[in-house]
This record gives sequence, structure tokens and C-alpha cells, in this order.
Amino acid sequence: MRIKTLAMVLTMVVCANVGDLMLKRGMTQNGAVPLSLSGLQHAFLMTVTNGTIWIGIFFLSGFMLSYMTVLSWADYSYVMPAGAFGYALLTFLAVVFLHESVSARRWIGVVLICVGVLLVGQTKPRTTAEVAREVAA
Amino acid sequence: MMRDVFVLAVLVLGSTGGEIAITHGMKATGEPATLRPMAVLQFLRRALGNGWFWAGVPLMAISFYSLLLLLSWEPISFVIPASALSYVVGTFGAKYILGEEISVARWAGVILVCAGVALVAAG
Repeated sequence: MRIKTLAMVLTMVVCANVGDLMLKRGMTQNGAVPLSLSGLQHAFLMTVTNGTIWIGIFFLSGFMLSYMTVLSWADYSYVMPAGAFGYALLTFLAVVFLHESVSARRWIGVVLICVGVLLVGQTKPRTTAEVAREVAA
Repeated sequence: MMRDVFVLAVLVLGSTGGEIAITHGMKATGEPATLRPMAVLQFLRRALGNGWFWAGVPLMAISFYSLLLLLSWEPISFVIPASALSYVVGTFGAKYILGEEISVARWAGVILVCAGVALVAAG
């Protein structure tokens, strides 16, 4: 149960981060959107024909599906803080792939998140009674 | 200032309220029998037929637009740390609305995560 939950939370975090990165990359390829009717029309066409945006949408749909799935058995108070691991992951990715420099304050934040997620991760994923079994069958 | 506090409250209550409604809907849906594609599709169809799920979606949309509004007024290094309050508010919601048991370890973890997110976002 715990392994299944943690695997699903990890899928959720990876899908959300990859999806956001792809959206950001796609929107940057399209350029800044002018706030006029013709500008918005043009931006809409550029967006729906941009492959990178669709990859982003695919990953964000994967995030929503894994989020819904994990909440069907695990506590909200378990999934919510565990999902914050994404902030720590993004910091590592920024350092490794983008060679960004990270302040001491941000590293302390990453350590606090990791310790917090470890603490939550070792609690029981589900504390409420199972009532939906019959509904599901 | 009052304007920021009001929109921040809408942001935090909208996101936690929406997530709590969706959690309630998903618990009523029940977990998928297996994680095979057909079982997951059936699960998705059941979930989309649940009213609580659809109660959660507009709340999360309101929260998303409050985030955009707040970001247009204040720097992101204020907005994201302030919205990290959602972790604490959400945990209270999980305890009192969803009836989850919050052990000392879980509370400690939530508070560390909340402080950590605030520090990471503040840069």
C-alpha cells in the first residue's frame, strides 16, 4: 500500500513538473501573446498546433489522473505534503541541467521539504475507513 | 494590503476546498480494481459521474484565477510562500471535514514542508 502510494505520488510529481516545463517551452516558442482579438486568435491557433504544448497537456493529464487515482485510496493529508517533493526536485533539476546557482536559503528549504516528506511518508497512507468497496464493485 | 489578504484567503480556501471536495469524490468512487488501462478508464468514468468531483473543479478554477490576480500585483517570492499556508489549512480540513487522523509525525511533516516551500519560493 505504501509502495503503491509513493510510486503514484512520484508519478504525479514528475508528470506535473514535466508538463509545466513543456507548457513553458511551448509558450516561449510561440512568443508573447498580444492582448487583442486578432492577437488572441493567432495565439490560440499557434497553441493548438504546437506539438510541445500537446506533450505538456499529455503530462498534465497524467498528473490529474494519478492525483485522482492516489486520492481514491490515500489520505489527502498524506498526498498533499508528499506532492511538495516537486519543489525539491525542481531545484535539483535546475542545478544539474540548467546550472543555476541556488542560494543557501533555498537549499535549507529543500532540506526541510525532504525531511517533512520523509516524516509524512512513513505515516499510514490511509486513516479513514473503507466505505466505497461496495460502490466500486 | 486588505485586497491582498482577501484574494490570498480566496486562493487558499479555494484550493483546499476544491481538493477536499475532489478527495471526497474519489473516496466515494473507490480505488480502481487494477492499474490496467481498461480498469483505469472505468474508474475515470465513475469518477467523472461523481458530483463532488464537479464541485471541486470550479473551486480550483477560482483559486487558479486568484493566483494569477495576486501574481499580477505582488512578486512571486511573496505569493508562493504565502500560499504555502494551504498545507496547514488543508491539514485542518483533512482532519475536521474528511475525518483523517493526523498523527504528530504527520503534523510535523506538514509544518516542515510548509516552511520549506516558503523558503524555496522566497529564493
